[in-house]
Amino acid sequence: MAFYRSTVLVSVDPICVEKRAYEIIDALHDELIKQGLIDEVRVLETPRLGDPQTEGPDMVVYPEGTHYIKLNKEILPKLVEEHFVKGRILQDYAIPMVRPVDEELAAPKAKEVRVVLRNVGVVDPLNIEDYIANDGYMALGKVLTEMSPEEVIQEVLDAKLRGRGGAGFPTGLKWRFARQAPGDIKYIVCNADEGDPGAFMNRRVLEGDPHSVIEGMIIAAYAIGANQGYVYCRAEYPIAVSTMNLAMKQARTLGLLGENILGSGFSFDLEMRMGAGAFVCGEETALMASIEGGRGEPRVRPPFPAQKGLWGKPTNINNVETYANVPQIILKGAEWFASMGTEKSKGTKTFALAGDVKNTGLIEVPFGITLREIVFDVGNGIKGDKKFKAVQTGGPMGGCIPESLLDLPVDYETLSQVGSIMGSGGMIVMDEGTCMVDIARFFMEFIQEESCGKCVPCRVGTRRILEILQDICAGKGKDDDIETLKMLCTNIKENSLCGLGQGAPNPVVSTLTYFLDEYEAHIYEKRCPAHVCRALIKYEIMDGICTGCTVCARNCPANAITGERKQTHHIDPDLCIKCGICYQLCAFGAITVN
Amino acid sequence: MENQVMADEKTTAVITAIVESHGTSRSELIPILKAVMDELGFISPEAIKQLSARMQLPCSEIQSVATFYRMLSTQPRGKHVIQFCESAPCHVVGGRQILEALKKALDIEPGETTPDNRWTFLTTSCLGVCGIGPVMLVDTDLYGNLEPEQIPHILSRYD
Repeated sequence: MAFYRSTVLVSVDPICVEKRAYEIIDALHDELIKQGLIDEVRVLETPRLGDPQTEGPDMVVYPEGTHYIKLNKEILPKLVEEHFVKGRILQDYAIPMVRPVDEELAAPKAKEVRVVLRNVGVVDPLNIEDYIANDGYMALGKVLTEMSPEEVIQEVLDAKLRGRGGAGFPTGLKWRFARQAPGDIKYIVCNADEGDPGAFMNRRVLEGDPHSVIEGMIIAAYAIGANQGYVYCRAEYPIAVSTMNLAMKQARTLGLLGENILGSGFSFDLEMRMGAGAFVCGEETALMASIEGGRGEPRVRPPFPAQKGLWGKPTNINNVETYANVPQIILKGAEWFASMGTEKSKGTKTFALAGDVKNTGLIEVPFGITLREIVFDVGNGIKGDKKFKAVQTGGPMGGCIPESLLDLPVDYETLSQVGSIMGSGGMIVMDEGTCMVDIARFFMEFIQEESCGKCVPCRVGTRRILEILQDICAGKGKDDDIETLKMLCTNIKENSLCGLGQGAPNPVVSTLTYFLDEYEAHIYEKRCPAHVCRALIKYEIMDGICTGCTVCARNCPANAITGERKQTHHIDPDLCIKCGICYQLCAFGAITVN
Repeated sequence: MENQVMADEKTTAVITAIVESHGTSRSELIPILKAVMDELGFISPEAIKQLSARMQLPCSEIQSVATFYRMLSTQPRGKHVIQFCESAPCHVVGGRQILEALKKALDIEPGETTPDNRWTFLTTSCLGVCGIGPVMLVDTDLYGNLEPEQIPHILSRYD
């Protein structure tokens, strides 16, 4: 591992690239070679530093943190001479250092514990040596030289690691089943088909710390006796795919993948497989069908993949986050891992916190933390100091949890008891301005579109639910709608083949359970309490408060507002498109929503 | 007629090259169909026919895979493909205005291709870069933190 006195980050944001950022990088390299500094100064590419429109191409030199902007290749010789040889800042091109903000992953907050995300943003993902310098591949060395496959499985069992893809099946048990399944050829698969809208935990791990996933997979392969593995990544993640490919290549060069790994006699190699845009491929049997080159449709289990998986051979499938935990468990021990969390859910979980919360982005918290702590401490509360209404966990097949249940600890069992799921880790916080019927409709739209169409209950049932919800939101709800919804939900849950179908009713069931009053207001009173459903709201200007300033009339896109200057204005309900612009613009609070 | 012959010849050349580099194993079908998309812009009936013969797979089987995945298309697409993220996290940070700006700039609706075959405009589910929403993909270039005013400028970078 080489050590450098300086590290230069050059922005290769698309706009900077268009402004010839790569010419800057080449010129910088040439100049550093010329000055004999190439072994002392390291040049790295980074997605974005400042504002690429006005400042690019730009770069930041560490450790001093000097931010150079508006670079061109002609100035590079002078810049290298001044900054790196003479140690003087080239003032003409320097601006005060703006600390690059990672919009997805902030510094850990109180109550966060980073295990899976520990290296993300810390090591250079494109350089295996950086990972190795941070204890990388030490766990693999330990496994291959000191532990039998059974001991590895026992360690993972003792740690009580559970599948982070959402279902929470004990990982060690899965490995044991695959190990015990008869057959010489076995496979390892990493499920990196992270499709839940708003969830990007796995992408950041693949992009920021690819080797922890590779190391975890090699250890799993050793444990079950597999020699070939696949990483199935969604095609929407091109950077993750190229980072993983490079990481695999580097691991192969160092003999960490391929024949006779570290001289142990154990051989294992990995291949990248890409999806082609189908949410259902995150389901394990659908994923395998897709790797085999078919339609990504789930099949009946049993047989489970551990018995009959890829090409009918025993196969172990885990999610990105699950594998990324494994090296740490081996290095620090099962006891350390099991010291975090609740009785049945150990370790940490990453979440993508989104919605009406002040701090959004990725977080990693120990199991057992309460939802209230996540929303109000880690997330720093609701934006604009509005009131909290619900938190939606588990992605589109998850449920909405109301304020009364916020003090429950976050673990697999508790979340499913209250009608939601752990899922892969999406978490959307909603404030009082959210209509829960509208939210249920939104998730149902997604599920209905992504249903693969194999089973009737899911294919037709979700469509029927969606139609009813659309009607309710449009003010056409009927008296027996709630009963029909409940019946449909039960039937879909009980009669669908895979997790997508079985989980499809969750958004509706959970909102019916905790927010029934909103459904009733929509159906029986034709009223949307959160003022969201456009067909059910009416904007009116209040006499006596309106000053006749004409702001609303001038800004109404539908020309629905009339009135003389200094006279009370009036909204024509037939023309009003309910865009809410007048409501936002009125400085006197004269417009009401009913 | 002559155009058809030329198109078929091109398909033959493309399929030959792709099959040569990927092989004919069943598990290569999706990568092969993606390569066909990259070369021909869509998966034509002729391409399916030729692949069927070379891979020893029924046409119906190839058709069923080609129509299952969102990134594969059996309809011609424009020279550049815009994929706009329509998921909730982008929607709540101004996605709707970007969608309107795109519709206006391209003068087509999502799912359509411009008459000059320059653009195909698609919506996509979450691209997983919710921290910089609203986002869109133009071919393989990702644009985030979009403002409606930027749209014409971004589009003008593509020929």
